[in-house]
Amino acid sequence: MLNPFTIAKRLHAIGLSGIGQRNAEFVLMYNQRRFYPRVDDKLITKRLALAAGLPVPQLYAVVREEHEIDELHEKLKNREGFVVKPAHGSGGDGILVISGRRGDRYRRANGALLSREEFDHHLSNMLSGLFSLGGQPDHVLVEYLVQFDPVFDQVSYKGVPDIRIISFLGYPVMAMIRLPTRLSDGKANLHQGAIGVGIDLATGITRRGVWGRELIGEHPDTESSIVGLHIPHWDQLLLIAAQAYDLVELGYVGVDIVLDKSLGPLLLELNARPGLAIQMANGHGLLHRLRKVQALEAAGALAKQPAERVAFAKRDIATL
Amino acid sequence: MKKTQLYLLALVISLIGLGAFYYKWQVLKFPLQAQQQSEIWEVQARVEFEAKSGPNKVTLQIPRNPPGYDVIDEKFVARNYGMNIELGKRTRAVQWQLRRGRGTQALYYRATVYRDQHADFDDTEPRLAVAAQTVEPYTTARSALLEQVREKSVDSASFAGELVRRLNAANPPGEVALLLERKPTPEARAHLAKDLLADRRIAARVIHGLALVETNANAQLMPFLQVWDSESHRWDTISTDTGAETWPEDMFLWSISQKPILEVENNPRAHVEFAVQRTIDDALAVAKGRLEAKDRNLVAYSLLNLPLQTQDVYRVLLMMPIGAFLLLILRNIVGIKTFGTFMPVLVALAFRETQLLAGVTLFVTVVGLGLLVRFYLEKLRLLLVPRLTAVLILVVFLMALVSVVSNRLGIEQGLSIALFPIVIMTMTIERMSVAWEERGAAFAMSEGIGTLIVAVLAFLVMNIRWLAHLIFVFPELLLVLFALTLLIGRYSGYRISELFRFRALAEDPITPAPVAAAPRVAD
Repeated sequence: MLNPFTIAKRLHAIGLSGIGQRNAEFVLMYNQRRFYPRVDDKLITKRLALAAGLPVPQLYAVVREEHEIDELHEKLKNREGFVVKPAHGSGGDGILVISGRRGDRYRRANGALLSREEFDHHLSNMLSGLFSLGGQPDHVLVEYLVQFDPVFDQVSYKGVPDIRIISFLGYPVMAMIRLPTRLSDGKANLHQGAIGVGIDLATGITRRGVWGRELIGEHPDTESSIVGLHIPHWDQLLLIAAQAYDLVELGYVGVDIVLDKSLGPLLLELNARPGLAIQMANGHGLLHRLRKVQALEAAGALAKQPAERVAFAKRDIATL
Repeated sequence: MKKTQLYLLALVISLIGLGAFYYKWQVLKFPLQAQQQSEIWEVQARVEFEAKSGPNKVTLQIPRNPPGYDVIDEKFVARNYGMNIELGKRTRAVQWQLRRGRGTQALYYRATVYRDQHADFDDTEPRLAVAAQTVEPYTTARSALLEQVREKSVDSASFAGELVRRLNAANPPGEVALLLERKPTPEARAHLAKDLLADRRIAARVIHGLALVETNANAQLMPFLQVWDSESHRWDTISTDTGAETWPEDMFLWSISQKPILEVENNPRAHVEFAVQRTIDDALAVAKGRLEAKDRNLVAYSLLNLPLQTQDVYRVLLMMPIGAFLLLILRNIVGIKTFGTFMPVLVALAFRETQLLAGVTLFVTVVGLGLLVRFYLEKLRLLLVPRLTAVLILVVFLMALVSVVSNRLGIEQGLSIALFPIVIMTMTIERMSVAWEERGAAFAMSEGIGTLIVAVLAFLVMNIRWLAHLIFVFPELLLVLFALTLLIGRYSGYRISELFRFRALAEDPITPAPVAAAPRVAD
């Protein structure tokens, strides 16, 4: 049992960044408010990404009004699986993953069946803004359900694992893969019970995981080791994270990417206030890495090309 | 750097605040603590009426040498009005005049009074009373009543007392009922008694007093009946409630004039409200006087000069920043999670009405019951806004239910929930139920309990008497709070809750190792 002062001292030594520091020194300093809509509205993010030639999951439909919900069933008639999400959702709230159907009902990723009525109610809640930041009326995106890469089969419980990379001024500084668990209901958000597994930036090999406040080495549902996995397409993932900065012009941003079996990496969404648990998954604080990039900034030596930034990150940031 | 600018700004602001505080404290000698031993009161009459388009003339009876009290300061607040004081024999009235008026007019008379030991009521002999001319059947009723009273009395005081008791009887006999027709108020009954006494040549008058009790924002003038005792040569005062001979210690004589207290020409709907407040203490009154001597404007622009009702509001309002600051510390430095940003402070304000225990019980009961209903509503698949409205309606019902039940059980606190923030409770219920479904019961409970804990702490802090006094007398101290808030706005250290959240990491970090090294696994 450590006393709080020792904890604070040790955390400071490894450069752990608290929520106050993240907000005061990075989010508020590097993220201009006028660019927030680019990440807060997933529809805008998607359009920007398409314009920049970044791969994203295909958009099937957008629902803006209550009455469009009825038409949606018709539009989705030929789609076996799809994902429904609020455009302004935060923290994965409200996302509905439909993996198939049975008669008139939809089957969710966790196996539960959803009647049409329940499905409609959920969408109407999304439109009223139940899941959106600040509760304003929202619109709903329906998009391609990622067929995830089998490399993660042993370490996911239903749902889609995704990769979160923190990008600071276009430099990837820290990465983790988020694995859904039984507890997280197939969702890949840590506060809902998913596991975060730190990834070594230079090699793309997983290191260890965090589940809640607990450090772990195996997936709690499948018991497979989550350490030492090679993330496929690693360089491409880092490149997408580096390019995301040019896309939205937010200095401090969390980039969420999924790996599709056939399509490869797809940019899912961006987050202007990425969480701090990634530090636990990596067993290391963000601060030293961020300071290194800030040193470049102070020296006026920030690289223009995303590829250069990735190279710098793999060489100089990863060893911190 | 921008941070230096912030520190500088915070420093300047807190210096201004502390400087003003020091000046008021050391030079003007404003008291740091409320002392309650002195008996200084502020009494206020507020006249309100709708102005007529023509000339408006207002006459208000005001105190003159009230027995047992000294008026040490008086203020007449009436913008654009011409004013003069009319002195009667032993009465005094202020007359306000306005050539052309529009809209609602509010005029104030304020007096600072303190209790001393000096003389009694006046003792000049009144003129002999003249009996009124009456017609039948009133004449008969009057003499019948007076005859009954005479049999039970020995002198003029007991006569008047008996008369008042008979007029106040719950089931008055026929002749009394006849006389009491169209005289519903104690005021009217007092005047009736006076007239009846005149029939027996007993000189009497109706006087008005104001009870000086701790913060009485809606005080009422109370009529008393006085009869002249020609033997001992003085006025005897008789309560119009009980008929007993009494003039309470804390009764402040407003006027002995027999005219109406307030007269507004051609405007029967004008009314006057009274307020009484024990002032913070005499030291403060003295300090105020000193400030006034130095600089009239400083007093004119100080909170202490506002009407009493408004002062009461500011006593509460000025404590809100304290509650908000506490919330800021608990959220940003300790890291307690709450629903909504300022919701706990608003809940804490509501606790002021109910007191703590009853407030918490009420909050938990209503939110708990509301949650149950909300879970049922979830099954009905209502749209968001109708669902919120439904919950709000139910919350009002639940609160009414709590009031009714607690009234039956004789618990008074259940009745004092008038200002309990219904909308806030509705939003709490909604957010809690959504959090419950999305993030699980534990998460919802922890945020709910966090909200309650912060609300309770905020209530306790906002209810510290000396702090309330300090902030009300020295509002500039809030500038210091403002500066501190600015500083915390850039606080980038760990929150206390984060030390627990990241504890595992402190116990077992991955040391910055060469990339090739095998990753260590902690388990």
